[in-house]
Amino acid sequence: MKFAWAAKNYRWPDRRGRFGPYGGRFVPETLMAALFELEKEYLKAKKDSKFQFEWKRALADYAGRPSPLFFAERASKELGCRLYLKREDLNHTGAHKINNVLGQVLLALQMGKPRIIAETGAGQHGLATATVCAKYGLECVVYMGEADVLRQSANVYKMKLLGAAVVPVGSGSKTLKDAVNETLRDWVTNVRTTFYVVGSVVGPHPYPMMVRDFQSVIGQEAKGQFLKFQKKLPDYLAACVGGGSNAIGLFYPFLKTKVKMVGVEAAGLGLSSNHHSATLTKGHPGVLHGSKSYLLQDSNGQVKPPHSISAGLDYPGVGPEHSFLKDSGRVEYVTATDKEALEGFQFLSQTEGIIPALEPAHALGYLLEAKRRFTGSSVILCLSGRGDKDMGIVQKHLNL
Amino acid sequence: MNRITAFWKKGKKALVPFVTAGFPRKSRTPEIVLALADSGAHMVELGIPFSDPLADGPTIQASSQVALENGVGLGDIFGMTEKIRTKSGIPLLLMGYYNPLLAYGLEKFGKDASNAGADGLVVPDLPPEEGEELSKVCRKHRLSLIYLIAPTTPPERVAKIDAASTDFCYCVSVTGVTGLRKNLSGDLKDFLLSVRMRTKKPFVVGFGISTPEQVRHVAPYSDGLVVGSALVKMFLQEKNGKAALRKACLLISRMTRRLNGTG
Ligand SMILES: Cc1ncc(COP(=O)(O)O)c(C=O)c1O
Repeated sequence: MKFAWAAKNYRWPDRRGRFGPYGGRFVPETLMAALFELEKEYLKAKKDSKFQFEWKRALADYAGRPSPLFFAERASKELGCRLYLKREDLNHTGAHKINNVLGQVLLALQMGKPRIIAETGAGQHGLATATVCAKYGLECVVYMGEADVLRQSANVYKMKLLGAAVVPVGSGSKTLKDAVNETLRDWVTNVRTTFYVVGSVVGPHPYPMMVRDFQSVIGQEAKGQFLKFQKKLPDYLAACVGGGSNAIGLFYPFLKTKVKMVGVEAAGLGLSSNHHSATLTKGHPGVLHGSKSYLLQDSNGQVKPPHSISAGLDYPGVGPEHSFLKDSGRVEYVTATDKEALEGFQFLSQTEGIIPALEPAHALGYLLEAKRRFTGSSVILCLSGRGDKDMGIVQKHLNL
Repeated sequence: MNRITAFWKKGKKALVPFVTAGFPRKSRTPEIVLALADSGAHMVELGIPFSDPLADGPTIQASSQVALENGVGLGDIFGMTEKIRTKSGIPLLLMGYYNPLLAYGLEKFGKDASNAGADGLVVPDLPPEEGEELSKVCRKHRLSLIYLIAPTTPPERVAKIDAASTDFCYCVSVTGVTGLRKNLSGDLKDFLLSVRMRTKKPFVVGFGISTPEQVRHVAPYSDGLVVGSALVKMFLQEKNGKAALRKACLLISRMTRRLNGTG
């Protein structure tokens, strides 16, 4: 689908929770009342200065915001561009996920829900949720695919240490998609007492809107920080796209400007291999996990198991707003393979002394691969997380 | 008038077994449906398997996975429907998640389902707010589109769902996914009475119904009952398919007698 980009009128989602043809609420009837209530409570909190104050204070004192915008000097020299890193890796718990979790958990407290559930892939969202639940004294259950429990075992241990119950999910591909299914089943069963803290800009309305709003703190800060020193806007923004929350968080405050934006999906073993997670690049519109969006699926509409070296990008769907931004041409979506991500991983480690998570390493890998198009430009890249959690996987691939 | 509309005109209560299409094997589905019809079932729900059945518990998840491993697609399911139609006029409901229908093409789906002899459709992840497109297709091809009502549905919404539904509604008996439950919730009677007050159409009750005794308890407050996981479980546990089918038929005939107050 194609339609013209109209920046002035960018006011998505509409009242039905749609971004153009994407989004919506494709869920069992059992959840509909909860979604309407959540939307109402969220819109109230958005305008409530006390809620906003609490959230901003937690972001500052607990998560450590604002995160720096760091000029990566040696990396820039090698790339031939001016690379600025938005340091979400420096947040408490090591990724951007906590921005959103603090917002949603404060909302859960306001709504009087004593029990929190979440899905996790890389474990970063689960870790952030377990952390914030410990801080506010809430019961926390995290669903995680069995394959991810194995490859991100350090995060599993941390979540347990924080007092959360981690439930391994053995159905389907045993990764993030199946963890979301199981979390939704829990929510359908316990919806009266339970708040589902969704980890990305996916799921039924109002989640894609709400998570975007909470993550937009990334782009708002970056815009202010760049303007302050450069007195202009950057040429490019770049971010990895799993569900798409760190990317939309960086992009959203710039949507109405002329800044060019690049979202990087995981091409796994290659786009023609059938072992990738490049939803926007290779998928077709469909419905999964409560919203209409691009989806990796076969001709019968069955969801295809995705693959990526990074558990956080290993997802067959993508946030509905990204589908809209792709079709409208506002954001360009490209890919990086497992191998390119590993190159990006080593590159940043050795040029800047920053070990990135494998997810943003895909965005770095793309910059390396396509560096000629960025020559002489300024680029803000969302460094969405740090790489400690990935040591086990990386050791299997890189023999040092 | 399709077969579902005609059935409700008789003013009878319905016993509705659920069968996962293509489970335990593709070739057995028509035989299973016909045997259940012979045992007294009034309507049959034929489940379209999906890779991510998020409203289903472990039993139906397992049967869907087997069906998908057997390579079942919508084309096969329409073939099964045609086969059933050569032998029986029992009303047939297709039950399936939205994405496989979208991938097939809604218009083509409506046309092929209707031509194959299906009468209606239940889509567990499609609330009326998102059902406009499918509803148009169903009207055009004379398929009933049945929406669900849950224990968490607010009272004013029940009337809205009843209005959007064709012929009847499907009441979910529990706040939860499909699967066996020893005890149905004590609030079920109150819930069904409140649904009755706000609906004009008949409604069936499903999710968790597994024994004739439960049928006897719920029947007075509804127009029919759906039995799913209890049947699927027999085919999962019993390696001998013929024996499983005999058990399933026995359960259905017992339930039918309870439903009509003669057993
Ligand atoms: C560090 C990091 N970056 C990115 C992602 C991908 O999620 P999203 O696309 O929502 O930002 C994850 C998910 O686990 C992550 O841990």
